[in-house]
Parts: sequence; C-alpha cells; structure tokens
Amino acid sequence: MSDRDPKVRFEKVTKTYGTLQVLDSLDFHADNGEVVTVIGPSGSGKTTVLRVLMTLEDIQSGVIYIDGEPLNKMSRGGRLVPASKAHVRRIRAKIGMVFQNFNLFPHMTALQNCIEAPVHGKGVAKGQATTEALELLDMVGLADKRDHYPSQLSGGQQQRVAIARTLAMRPEILLFDEPTSALDPEMVGEVLNVIRDLARSGRYTILLVTHQMGFAREVSDRVCFFDGGRILEEGAPRDLLGDPRNERTRQFLSKVLEAR
Amino acid sequence: MSRRLAAVLVLLGFLAGLAIATFSEYRIFLPALLRGAVVTVKVGVLSIALFYAMAFIAGIGRLNKNRIIRYTATVYIEVFRGTSLLVILFWLFFVLPEFGVILSPLAAAVLGMGLNYGAYGAEVVRGAILAVPRGQYEASLALNMTPRKQMLRVVLPQAVLVTIPGLSNLTIELIKATALVSAVTLVDITFASVQQNQIHLRTIDIFVITLLLYYCLAQFVRFGGGMLEARASRHLAKAR
Repeated sequence: MSDRDPKVRFEKVTKTYGTLQVLDSLDFHADNGEVVTVIGPSGSGKTTVLRVLMTLEDIQSGVIYIDGEPLNKMSRGGRLVPASKAHVRRIRAKIGMVFQNFNLFPHMTALQNCIEAPVHGKGVAKGQATTEALELLDMVGLADKRDHYPSQLSGGQQQRVAIARTLAMRPEILLFDEPTSALDPEMVGEVLNVIRDLARSGRYTILLVTHQMGFAREVSDRVCFFDGGRILEEGAPRDLLGDPRNERTRQFLSKVLEAR
Repeated sequence: MSRRLAAVLVLLGFLAGLAIATFSEYRIFLPALLRGAVVTVKVGVLSIALFYAMAFIAGIGRLNKNRIIRYTATVYIEVFRGTSLLVILFWLFFVLPEFGVILSPLAAAVLGMGLNYGAYGAEVVRGAILAVPRGQYEASLALNMTPRKQMLRVVLPQAVLVTIPGLSNLTIELIKATALVSAVTLVDITFASVQQNQIHLRTIDIFVITLLLYYCLAQFVRFGGGMLEARASRHLAKAR
C-alpha cells in the first residue's frame, strides 16, 4: 500500500444477474477520507456498488482494491488468484455497512448488538467492548436505550443503534445503503445528523447511496450519477446537482426534485 | 394465565383421582399401570433428547455448504421418514443381533424413536433456519462474523423460536408413539394395560386410566412448549 493508492478502487468491475448487467465494466474510486454520494434511478447499480464492496455479492470480472490490495483476489507468485476466505475476512474488516432496513439482531439489546461482533468475532474483552459500545451509543444519542430490544425502539433509533454497531468494529470505510429510506419522515433528521458528524470527522471514507439530495449536497465531496451500471456523470455536488451536463442526469434530478 | 391455572387444576384433580383409586379396589391393577407409565416416561425423555439433538444436527447439516455433510443429512432424513417406526424397532432389536450388534430393549427403543422423530424434526429446523430474514445473514457478514458464529449467535437463536410449535407437536406425537415400544419387550403403559386387562378383565376402567395417563403426559409437553415460546418471543413480536 502506498499513499497514492485510493482507499477504494474498482477496476473494470462487472456484475450480472443472469442476462441482466448490473455493473458494466465499472471504474470507480474513493480517496481516503472522501465522502462520495451515489445517486441514480432504481436498477442503476448504485446499491450493487456497496453490496459487492461489502462482499455480500460476487462479481463476474474485474478487481476491487482496498488500500491498493485486491479484495476479491490475492496475489500469489506475482499473479492474481481468487481470494481465500481468510484474505477476504482480513480486508473486509476495514469495511462497515449500514442497511436500509437496519438489520439489527432482534434477540439482542442495543448494547448486545454493539458488542456482539467485537467480542465474538474479534475477541475483544467484554468489558472493553462494553465501554466502547456505550461511548458509541452515547455518540448517537441512545445511551439510555442500551438495554432496549430493537422491537422497543423507533425506526430512527434502530438505525442509530445500527450505525453504532457498525462503528464498534472500527471500520475505515463506511457504506450507507439508503439509510433513511425506510424511516418515517420525522425520523430522517436524527439519522442524518449522525451521518453528518461522521462525514465531517474526516476519519472515514464514506460511500452513501441516498435520495436525500439536499443532504448529499451538504456532506459530499463528490457525487456520482449512476445509470445502466456505469457512472454517467460525476463531480462536486454543487456542479452535478446544481448544473448537470448530462441529459439523463438532468432528467433524473428534475424527477427527484419534483417528487418532493 | 387462566389456561395454565385450569391445567393445574385438571392435573391436581387427576392426581387426587389416582390417590382415591390407589386406596380403592383399583389397587389390584393400578401399580402395574404406573410402573408402565414410568417406563413410558423413561423412554420418552431419553428419546426426546436424541430427537432434538438429531433434529438440529440433521437440520443444520442439510443446509451445510459441504456436499458430503449435506448428502449424509439428506439420506438420514429420507431413510427414517420413509420407513415405518415399528419396522425400524424390529430391525434394531431383532435384526441387528444377526450382525452381532445386541442392544438392550431400552437402547433399541430410544434409538428407534429418537432417530425416527429426529428426521421429522430436522425438516422443522431446516424450515425455521430458512425463515430467518436474509438481512440477518447480511448484517452478520458485514460485521465480519465467521459462518459458524453467524449460525450459532445470530441465526439459531432466532430459528429456535420458530421451531417451538413444530417441535412440541412432534414431541407430543413421540410420547404417544412410545406405545410401539412394547414391540421390543418393554412393558410401557400400553403393554401393561393389555396385560392387566387380560388378568382382571376390567377393560373400561383400565383403558380410561391409560388414556388419561397419555393425556397428562401430552399436556406437560404442550404447556412446556407454550411457556417456552412465550418466554422466547417476548422481544421479538414487533421485529417479525
């Protein structure tokens, strides 16, 4: 790894479901500490970018690099061969993901959700994991809900616990997959506030898929417009969202802004 | 709560009935029936332990990525679901000795019952595991949990809840199916009743008591399962 390597780099990544091409020889990158928002119509491949990066789905061809190291491959004798499970696990530890539907573990309290993977996956001592988890729950404003089960929390609270749970694994790259799409409108703000703080801290490389254009403009360093499994246009949020050059981008944005 | 109370009352009533019966003329055959009940309970408890163990082993095995484990589990399930329990008991007790394997009547009964019901239970477990939402697998993968931890810490605790109604149903069936173990010379409730009836010819009395004994055993399982389910699902109501 060198300083010149971007944090995340996609090199000619192709992903197909049967005959449907979801990612079409995609080249993409995000620099260390950069906040990149991915927008686009449904089926454009924007969520798939996050899912293949999280290794929730395989890719058919191409290579994904994290800090210059291949994720889905590993080099052996100077050649790239399919990655072993151990290799994927090691690289994947740098990535954390927040899901649209929170996906909290329903049989565990907020605190248990946050210490589960550090204690039982990483082998962190329970006392230390608990201290760290409580700090994180405090950071998302839910220290008093530590012993609540997900079913006893609102959607916004669940999503904030999910963010704390993800941070507890100390990832360097954060993926947010439409984190407010499943929320009632009055709860969107509390979740966006947490994400805004994370984005401004500069400690994380963040990829955000969202339909919240105002928020994207506010926190992103760069916005990418996806369509047909490719990036059609990318640029600073002010330029891309304010004055898109591509006709498709223009159409998409006018539809999204109209709907609000 | 009131249902539980009713059950306790029924049970107390039955025990009182037994007490009365013990000191009445029923005492000539009742001790033999109760000795049979002890055998039934012994076979039942041991078989249930094996049944649950096999249900989870084979149910999880059937979803394993390893093809050999998966096929082994499938073969086990298909063999025991596809054959008659009574014939399996005969095999374990009368045929295996021909190959030099000699089992005690209790061992043959427990093995036959446990393996047979384990095969049905495995399908309940498999279905329950498949019912755990995909998001739970994705979240645990995103937290870099190993497949083992994912299964033990995330999937199974949620799946177990879903298995409770199905497994308690099978448990009740198992208890009643223990009537078959007289085929391997065990004197259980059913066999004891038949014997006592042949001696005393009190057909109605004896078989009414036999029915009640089975009913009580089944009620134990039913209420146990119900309480377990209520306890385990306390926090999950809204999440599903």
